[in-house]
Amino acid sequence: MTKQEKYNLAKWAMNHALENGAQQVSVSISNNRSSSVDVRNEKIDNLEQAIQSNLTIRLFVDKKYSVHSTNRMKKEDLARFIKEAIKGTRFLSEDEFRTLPDPELYYKGNGVDLKTLDAGFDRHDPQQKIDLAFQTEKEVFGKDDRIISVSASYYDGLSERLMVTSNGFEGDTSNSYYGLNAQVSVKGGDARPESYWSESAIFYDKLEKKGIGKKALERALKKIGQDKIASGEMPVIVENRQVSRLFSPVISALNGSAIQQKNSFLVDKKGEKVFSEKLTITDDPFIVSGRGSRLFDSEGLATKKRTVFGNGVLQNYYIDTYYGKKLNMEPTSGSTTNLVFETGDKNLEELIATVNRGILVTGFNGGNCNGTTGDFSYGIDGFLIENGELVQPVSEMNITGNMKELWANIGEFGNDVNESSSWLTPSVLFEGVDFSGM
Amino acid sequence: MKTNRRNFIKTSGAAVAGGMLLPPFLQSFQNVKISANVKYYLDQFEVSAEMLQRVISEALSKGGDYADLFFEQKTTNSLGLEDGKVNRAYSNIDFGVGIRVLNGDQTGFAYSETVTLDAMLNAARMAANIAESKKEYQNSDILEKVPSNYYKISRKWEDVSVKDKVPFVQKINDKVFSLDEKVIKVNAFLNDESSYVMFYNSEGRLTYDYRPMISFGAVCIMEKDGQVENAYSARSFRKGFEWLTDDLVDELAREAVDRTNILFEATKPKAGEMPVVMGAGGSGILLHEAIGHTFEADFNRKGTSIFSDKMGEKVAADFVNIIDDGTLENNRGSINVDDEGNDVEKTYLVKDGVLNSYIHDRISSQYYGVNPTGNGRRESFRNIPLPRMRATYMEPGPHTKDDIISNVDYGVYVDNFSNGQVKIGAGDFTFFVKSGYLIEKGELTQPIKDINIIGNGPEALADITMCANDYLIDNGTWTCGKDGQSVPVTCGLPTVLVKKLTVGGSV
Repeated sequence: MTKQEKYNLAKWAMNHALENGAQQVSVSISNNRSSSVDVRNEKIDNLEQAIQSNLTIRLFVDKKYSVHSTNRMKKEDLARFIKEAIKGTRFLSEDEFRTLPDPELYYKGNGVDLKTLDAGFDRHDPQQKIDLAFQTEKEVFGKDDRIISVSASYYDGLSERLMVTSNGFEGDTSNSYYGLNAQVSVKGGDARPESYWSESAIFYDKLEKKGIGKKALERALKKIGQDKIASGEMPVIVENRQVSRLFSPVISALNGSAIQQKNSFLVDKKGEKVFSEKLTITDDPFIVSGRGSRLFDSEGLATKKRTVFGNGVLQNYYIDTYYGKKLNMEPTSGSTTNLVFETGDKNLEELIATVNRGILVTGFNGGNCNGTTGDFSYGIDGFLIENGELVQPVSEMNITGNMKELWANIGEFGNDVNESSSWLTPSVLFEGVDFSGM
Repeated sequence: MKTNRRNFIKTSGAAVAGGMLLPPFLQSFQNVKISANVKYYLDQFEVSAEMLQRVISEALSKGGDYADLFFEQKTTNSLGLEDGKVNRAYSNIDFGVGIRVLNGDQTGFAYSETVTLDAMLNAARMAANIAESKKEYQNSDILEKVPSNYYKISRKWEDVSVKDKVPFVQKINDKVFSLDEKVIKVNAFLNDESSYVMFYNSEGRLTYDYRPMISFGAVCIMEKDGQVENAYSARSFRKGFEWLTDDLVDELAREAVDRTNILFEATKPKAGEMPVVMGAGGSGILLHEAIGHTFEADFNRKGTSIFSDKMGEKVAADFVNIIDDGTLENNRGSINVDDEGNDVEKTYLVKDGVLNSYIHDRISSQYYGVNPTGNGRRESFRNIPLPRMRATYMEPGPHTKDDIISNVDYGVYVDNFSNGQVKIGAGDFTFFVKSGYLIEKGELTQPIKDINIIGNGPEALADITMCANDYLIDNGTWTCGKDGQSVPVTCGLPTVLVKKLTVGGSV
């Protein structure tokens, strides 16, 4: 389908719902094309291609609300689907807070080009992509006697989404992505430590294509001899790519639904200093070619640059239209775009050098956080730091604590921002974390 | 031992869309009847037997060894309650066919969301690219494989109106509120799923399955002196509408309230290594993480599991028998036939303490030269099959729960979990404990909560020193993830003593 045909279908579905009893309707159509190749032991292990389409309709029928999606896009199927959906919706209870957004808040066009699409997506040679996976594997294969298994993957994809609503929104977005990764297992005693490295990009030309296999191998070899050490309270440095694991419970706690359902450890904290004054985070949707950049959110609300935490003070929750009405707050969009962390001035090595005795966390293994209280406990692996140097790989240990205390006890942020994610996290040094080991 | 009826069937020309010219090798199939079941499934997916054979031929046109087609139509409905009202509903329809080609242990895969011949042939051509040889494929006769039926139901979810489901969701809310004055919020849900699958492969096997699923539960949020806590209860089965009863509502509501109440007094234990008593039921998460994943034969075939090369070795005490079972009646993890068209079975992973079998899919069973165990599963037609667990549990042992607890001087008793994980190569596994108790001098004392427990698979297995006679399957909403694919599973365990695990907590 061309973009115009998709708009036509979306509007037809919207009108069909309006004609059959819905008062407000939003329809979105998404398409994804993706391909991947996995290489293992100098052979293609797996070659996949996919084309996917989906239509999602949000219905507001006599103050009752439901959402329905299908990948059967023929008009006759859709007509029946929508009618059934409206019929079912009528059996629900009324919910006075359900409406489409205020049209004033919609994105109305003329935004800057955020450059989230590689226009040459279809022009890259498929054989070249397969070769990339082979080259990545070759960086490792046979390079060390301790290697048990190496695999490397190349993947790419193109997603398109458009949306229309019955109170005047129309918009579409497209994103492309390319990725390359390597996974290595090595033999070290009884254990078979494994590690992984990956790079990704919005543009094919920007994708880092060299050194991924080598890095995965280095990381796996460094893990040989992993062991737990005695329990204790220590400073911990969390590597930049791993920080999101400790920050996502904070973002969950800022969500309108969690706030309104009292399922958050940050209820009624807006405007208060909740974390270390070293923590300043901005949600910036307008970074050119940022992984989370967008002009409007999933409801069509125009995005805005917002401070989430300013010197430890909670400044904004993530509130969509529904929970905004329930909480009597202005909607701010229900999800993050790009999170920009204010950074420090040391790289990871320099951060490690400041620690007398502590742990560098390079990976998590399970665990969870209680969203209501902020209590967490996670399995970790990484390295013991002594006198500013990594002296021993550690694993099979837990860190346990509370999110409010953890983020109040920031020692220092690194300057090594992880550019491969929409959360631009640097490495972080936390003071006084409880470890359980032997 | 069950015998499965295998019918030879031949395809009928009448099922073909008007006037299609058949290649010569299909002519011989005309004028022979297909079974009513096969016809039902072919109609459901709007295809004919000839089309299946055409697509398989195309999939093997570049010389692959084997190809299969996996058709699926899944309808999901969900009702949600918040702030006292059933005020949201979600539904989803997913339809398509996955086409896989194997060339040795190499896989080519593509799928199509439309089932026109052209669309399927296109996808088949993409998947065919994994091979490059001159080998030619001759279509096989179609062999219908009639699957077992491990989930008989009375009333299918697709025949149940929203109107009939809403009252149960409302009732669980009202019941939770009635049980305790501290309740401030309830979130309740009812999700049902009806999935039809049809499978056909280049060996001629044609089989099919209807897979119902229901999950029902509630999250209870309570407040006491400014402290807020929440917990939930849920059940999931391959059962029909007849399963929903007022007794079930009462049981779930009581459980949610009890589980939340205990958290107000719970604290964190002292961190470190200690004996862990795993309570009967959900503690099966230990088997799933510590043993189950590392027994999945794809990891072992690639040499990346800590259990690679350990088949036939003694890995645990004599009383340890660990099973992965796809045949439990109406169980969330059961399947009548796996997603590669194979019979499911009750598979002993560990028998009398000895490693007995890995968990196999087609590729790994051929690699190891063993019969498939019926563990080839996929999240949907969009994914390739992988060796996956079903219901994983341990048989009862010689001890009693009281024996086991009284045996521990200082340790923890855990029986309520939220999630777990494992590193296949290192064997390090974890599970997150929502609640449990300290054990002091052989007695349960202080409640504990929100801690991660970590151990090493082979060591933990060897460290199971006692096992009670109170085996229980946990019928919660367990979902297992691997390589980005989610499949429904369950787990179970009798009360068990693990001599030593690392327990998270305060220093």
